[in-house]
Amino acid sequence: MAQTLPASTPYGATETRRPRIGILALQGDVREHANALREVGAEPIEVRLPRDLIGLDGLILPGGESTTMRRLIDLYGLREPIVALAKGGAPLYGTCAGMILLANRLADGEEPVLRLLDITVERNAYGRQLDSFEADLDIPSLGDEPLHGVFIRAPVVSDVGPDVEVLARDPDGRPIAVRQGRVMATAFHPELTGDRRLHRLLLELIQP
Amino acid sequence: MAAIETSTWTTKVGLARMLSGGVIMDVVTADHARIAQEAGAVAVMALERVPSDIRKFGGVARMSDPKLIEEIKAAVSIPVMAKCRIGHIVEAQILQQLEVDFIDESEVLTPADEEHHIDKHEFRVPFVCGCRDLGEALRRIGEGAAMIRTKGEAGTGNIVEAVRHLRAVMKGIRELAAMREDELYAAAKELRAPLDVVRQTATLGELPVPNFSAGGVATPADASLMRQLGAQAVFVGSGIFKSENPQRVARAIVMATTHWDNAEILAEVSTGLGEPMRGLELSEIPAEERLAVRGW
Repeated sequence: MAQTLPASTPYGATETRRPRIGILALQGDVREHANALREVGAEPIEVRLPRDLIGLDGLILPGGESTTMRRLIDLYGLREPIVALAKGGAPLYGTCAGMILLANRLADGEEPVLRLLDITVERNAYGRQLDSFEADLDIPSLGDEPLHGVFIRAPVVSDVGPDVEVLARDPDGRPIAVRQGRVMATAFHPELTGDRRLHRLLLELIQP
Repeated sequence: MAAIETSTWTTKVGLARMLSGGVIMDVVTADHARIAQEAGAVAVMALERVPSDIRKFGGVARMSDPKLIEEIKAAVSIPVMAKCRIGHIVEAQILQQLEVDFIDESEVLTPADEEHHIDKHEFRVPFVCGCRDLGEALRRIGEGAAMIRTKGEAGTGNIVEAVRHLRAVMKGIRELAAMREDELYAAAKELRAPLDVVRQTATLGELPVPNFSAGGVATPADASLMRQLGAQAVFVGSGIFKSENPQRVARAIVMATTHWDNAEILAEVSTGLGEPMRGLELSEIPAEERLAVRGW
């Protein structure tokens, strides 16, 4: 039976192209973010070397151990190209360890890594693993439905700069979800739940 | 914000997921722990003797002195794990009291119970357990393990048993995933594992918790091998601090675990590492001294 070939579309045509979102894949819950990205219609790209950053529409810094990621970022010269990607207008989203990597300041005096978000972050702010928790969060900018937050050895934001919008706070009033322009960060892990609103928000921040 | 729930199944398995793609290193002093963290370890396992020394030392191997665990906790910001004997509920209670981040109910220590493992659902701290095949993995998950590691043969620097165990688990999963729903009942009986965990594994096409590898990793190539065979992360015991140059070997194994599919980087990090741990041929170990056969 004769088949009709689909009309050819030029490579890279915006109507057919899924956004390509990198995930820093040095270590951490990369697969969970990749699944979340596929669910919202994006193409996940694992980033381990500077060349993996070429042509990305956005980047996720996943959960994991920030101490480990910081070492591996420097070992492979990823710091400058990630900053360049952000300065070029690509949106970035950091969860947990990713929030620590994005921060301008760390409360324990450690040297900050990417300095792309005008916040101070306190690492392991809730304590050790026994204090890891789940809770429903109100995030008005994402709608009335609460968002279920999973916090694992989580950090909190102890101070925010004037251009930073606080999206959500913990019971003690400390910010746990923030956004500054196209850079956002959460202390919790939406990739571990089925709620995809924050991953969708990341895609909405891609410049047309 | 509504009520907070701590130590849930999601937070337990969640921590295991955060360690994916990383290297968990055995350390016996606070100095070792700092070296491991500096080299890029995602967590450390605090113990009094690495497995190769446990082998040499003989006698009954028990949980470490809490003093050592506290010193190691104070030395690093990455998660700290510690081992208890198989079935030793009280050692596990003590480790939970010390607020370690993960407990390894480990065959490397002398078992305290030759029939029962710990009911890990009863604890707030997450557990990792070893396995040699899929049935053993699923029994441990049924008991509440939030992370599985293949056992390998600890303290040998010989990867052959780790490969055997990981291949057995991965093959078992592929077989389950190919089964009809009505075949899973017989499979559960054969695997001697709870039906709900068997069904979940068949549906997912993978274990419901992260699957790491341990026991015999001594080189960067060993670490990459385990990742290429399907392990999401590796535990390294004697392989680092029994080598000639622990700092370099630790860093090289971390890099090989991240860049597990990049032969160019694997070649680079394998170069000039000095003498690895000497290693043991499996046939040199009498059957009664094999650690992997402990656990049921």
